[in-house]
Amino acid sequence: MKSLYIHIPFCNRICTYCDFTKVLIKNQPVDEYIDALIMELESLEHKNFETIYVGGGTPTALSPKQLERLLSFIAERFTVSTEYTFEANPDEVTTEKLDLLKNYGVNRVSLGVQSFNDEILKVLNRSHNFDDIFKSINHLEKIGLTNYSMDLMYNLPGETMNDIETSLKYVEQLKPKHISWYSLIIEPHTVFYNQIKKGALKIADDNVEAEKYERVMEGLGELGYPQYEISNFATSEFESAHNKTYWLNEHYYGTGAGAHGYVGNQRYYNIKPVPHYIKSMNENNTVVKETISLTEVEQIEEEMFLGLRMTEGVLKERFKDRYGMSIDEYYKDELNYLKDKKWIRDDGINVSLTEGGRMVGNEVFMSFLKST
Amino acid sequence: MKIIMIIGIILTFECIESWVLMNDNERIARQEKIRNFSIIAHIDHGKSTLADRILENTKSVADREMKTQLLDSMDLERERGITIKLNAVQLKYTAKDGEDYIFHLIDTPGHVDFTYEVSRSLAACEGAVLVVDAAQGIEAQTLANVYLALDNDLELMPVINKIDLPAADPERVAQEVEDIIGLDKDDAVLASAKSNIGIEDILETIVDMVPPPDGDVSAPLKALIFDSMYDPYRGVISSIRIVDGVVKPGDKIQMMATGKTFEVAEVGINTPKPMPVKELSVGDVGYIVAAIKNVGDSRVGDTITHADNPAAEPLEGYKTMNPMVFCGMYPIDSNQYNDLREAFEKLELNDSSLQYEPETSQALGFGFRTGFLGLLHMEIIQERIEREFGIDLIATAPSVIYEVSMTDGSIVSVDNPAQMPDPQKIDRIEEPYVKAQIMVPNDYVGAVMELCQKKRGNFITMDYLDDIRVNIIYEIPLSEIVFDFFDQLKSNTKGYASFDYEIIGYKESNLVKMDILLNNEKVDALSIIVHRDFAYERGKIIVEKLKKLIPRQQFEVPVQAAIGQKIISRTNIKSMGKNVLSKCYGGDISRKRKLLEKQKEGKKKMKSVGSVEIPQEAFLSVLKMDED
Repeated sequence: MKSLYIHIPFCNRICTYCDFTKVLIKNQPVDEYIDALIMELESLEHKNFETIYVGGGTPTALSPKQLERLLSFIAERFTVSTEYTFEANPDEVTTEKLDLLKNYGVNRVSLGVQSFNDEILKVLNRSHNFDDIFKSINHLEKIGLTNYSMDLMYNLPGETMNDIETSLKYVEQLKPKHISWYSLIIEPHTVFYNQIKKGALKIADDNVEAEKYERVMEGLGELGYPQYEISNFATSEFESAHNKTYWLNEHYYGTGAGAHGYVGNQRYYNIKPVPHYIKSMNENNTVVKETISLTEVEQIEEEMFLGLRMTEGVLKERFKDRYGMSIDEYYKDELNYLKDKKWIRDDGINVSLTEGGRMVGNEVFMSFLKST
Repeated sequence: MKIIMIIGIILTFECIESWVLMNDNERIARQEKIRNFSIIAHIDHGKSTLADRILENTKSVADREMKTQLLDSMDLERERGITIKLNAVQLKYTAKDGEDYIFHLIDTPGHVDFTYEVSRSLAACEGAVLVVDAAQGIEAQTLANVYLALDNDLELMPVINKIDLPAADPERVAQEVEDIIGLDKDDAVLASAKSNIGIEDILETIVDMVPPPDGDVSAPLKALIFDSMYDPYRGVISSIRIVDGVVKPGDKIQMMATGKTFEVAEVGINTPKPMPVKELSVGDVGYIVAAIKNVGDSRVGDTITHADNPAAEPLEGYKTMNPMVFCGMYPIDSNQYNDLREAFEKLELNDSSLQYEPETSQALGFGFRTGFLGLLHMEIIQERIEREFGIDLIATAPSVIYEVSMTDGSIVSVDNPAQMPDPQKIDRIEEPYVKAQIMVPNDYVGAVMELCQKKRGNFITMDYLDDIRVNIIYEIPLSEIVFDFFDQLKSNTKGYASFDYEIIGYKESNLVKMDILLNNEKVDALSIIVHRDFAYERGKIIVEKLKKLIPRQQFEVPVQAAIGQKIISRTNIKSMGKNVLSKCYGGDISRKRKLLEKQKEGKKKMKSVGSVEIPQEAFLSVLKMDED
């Protein structure tokens, strides 16, 4: 088992775009949740991982005491060989909490910056502001957690091209080791979704979004951040090993409320509502809500649409090793069609998206779905 | 064990009853006890509920088999809450006079598009129960059906339904029935089908007022085919009404229109489940199976007789209804062309108003130009083809038939806008007009007039039926009616308007063909005929609409509306931006898969025209005038 994901579904504030499993932390049974989570972690068969990733929600919304309980349990129970990441919000990374993280072996922080524009941060209902970003990075550097990822978003309401330039300017100044820069996706069950439905909120059209995306790629390229995935940028030593588990179609446990995992040929996910999660763990000693077994055809499809997200694409040899057949044979028609369209590059070793292909990614991914 | 035996005996007894051979005297006695009737009503006045109650109260259906709208057997009918196809069922009723009567209830559709079906079922009856809503009173459709029933010499029995509604005013409505239709208001039965009030009175009235069928039991067989369906295992199953004579399994029958002969495999009645019987004789309404493989051999309206003792003359049959609305129907997957033809063949069997002939479109390939009675009819057929036959379709915008007088003196009928001749060769164009009758509370008169004006209508007259209700008559081009007139009428009057129309003939109009160009190529399937005065505005709305409906392509696509060579409106669909940048959902790969699958399914429903992919709804959108 390569990786372990741990979900902390609590936040001090709920962002208007967020559709992950989360609740306001106030009055929640946080300690009971950690009890249940620890029970789930204890039930895992494997104990040695290459990567552990604690995400949310907001893991830093936990109190220092709660944090320490979780951290110490993880440290006693598991080993992690390469990358141990915590997600953090800029206004919550006190030196006390960062010390804890550092002391218990966390070696990477994913910092939810999202934007450098206070107006936009307000629309997103983020709990931090412009100043918090600098303070938190200061703390990180002081404590020595220098390997952090700056998480940004674009295509936000009210955002202009100037905001992209501003963000690029601060990236240049702050020099994070890694950047995730995602486009805002409006998901159902979010505040934004409802506002858009009511006509109270407008999002720029696809063309503007594409322009911004192109500028993001270009700007980060100039600053020395190679693009290694559709929305992720870093030099090779700082690429996120944990996220690459997903894209390489490798196995991971997902633990905590609403978390997703992939073990053997089975994808599964956990019960979402926190009280149900706790109850089910206590009463049934399991929290898995549903398990989906993948056929080989489906595994191959996922191999393709995940692998092609990465700049390196899908390695032909890895494909052959895993599925015992050549990708050129299996996807002969599809590859010819996509090469014709100039959406796919094939250098004999890798199959990868061209720049044009990246702009129409879903169109390309769809082509590999044989079962639909 | 004992109980089971008793049930067995009862069942056997039931069966024996229908399997005993009768002599002619018994048949004549039986004929006297037959009552054939249908129920007519405006849509939503409670026809199907009343049919359910009648079925219950005659104990012909066990309660456990009851589900609402029992006679509506198509999924589509139950979903939409409407009756589309006819259904005939045999019931036994023991009247207060102590005699047993045989009822044949023939259910009919209520929508204006299905007038043809109504007229067919009425031809198989001697009486009709006229259901009028106790709150809403007589509606446009009620009148239309009453006239149909009177044309067929039917005995009419008014029923004022829904009398237990708070808004019910049975007195006023009964008076309306007397004033407007001319039926004695004292004959009206007050009922509530939903609450099971007055049902027995209705049944007694049927016994008293509906005459037993005429017809000679010893004359050569004459049976009217009023409906047919196709069963993959048994061939054609036709619904018939025996007018003269007797038919039984083993008989050699002949179709009088085609001359083809078949051997009867089974005759039966619907209870409402099909139940084989020994014979059908004069006045019976039932079904016949004769291993008829070719759907064209058992046409609705044809007369069945005996091959060795044929009747001299066939029955009158039906006035064929001419389709009013035409559209092109094309399979999205061009390999399904033959499947589509077979689907039409099977649907045509019990829907002779459906017309289709092969046509080719540059944009859409091989398909059919198809004719319908109206827009609902078209939608229903399209939906049935997609559901029952599994063929995804593109339907082009509906068109009427234009009569085009050419400069050389010839006249051309055009039912496909793409085939409109070159304007230089056209002397003038005439289009069909309807007389539209709209009944509405007086608060909405303004809204109705505004809509009719917008639809190029000419005001004819307006009458007050009572203090509140107004009957407005307009002459409106049929082309304006066929698309969204009814929808708009309903929304502009909060659903209070009722509407009926009849074709009154052709009138000259200043019409032009408007072409739509995508990526600078004319898409013939998107061409429409418009009035010159409305062309500019329509062109603008259409291109904007297409811009919204057609997904971004991999290149910029100009959308233009043109009359002849002249571009009257244009816009651009920008090239595809992105559709990939979604997050990885914290490892939720199943979700990503579902999104991709959904997108791929959506793509399958699009038609590639040249290099542009067009979704189904784009083809219909060109006629919708609403701006969003």
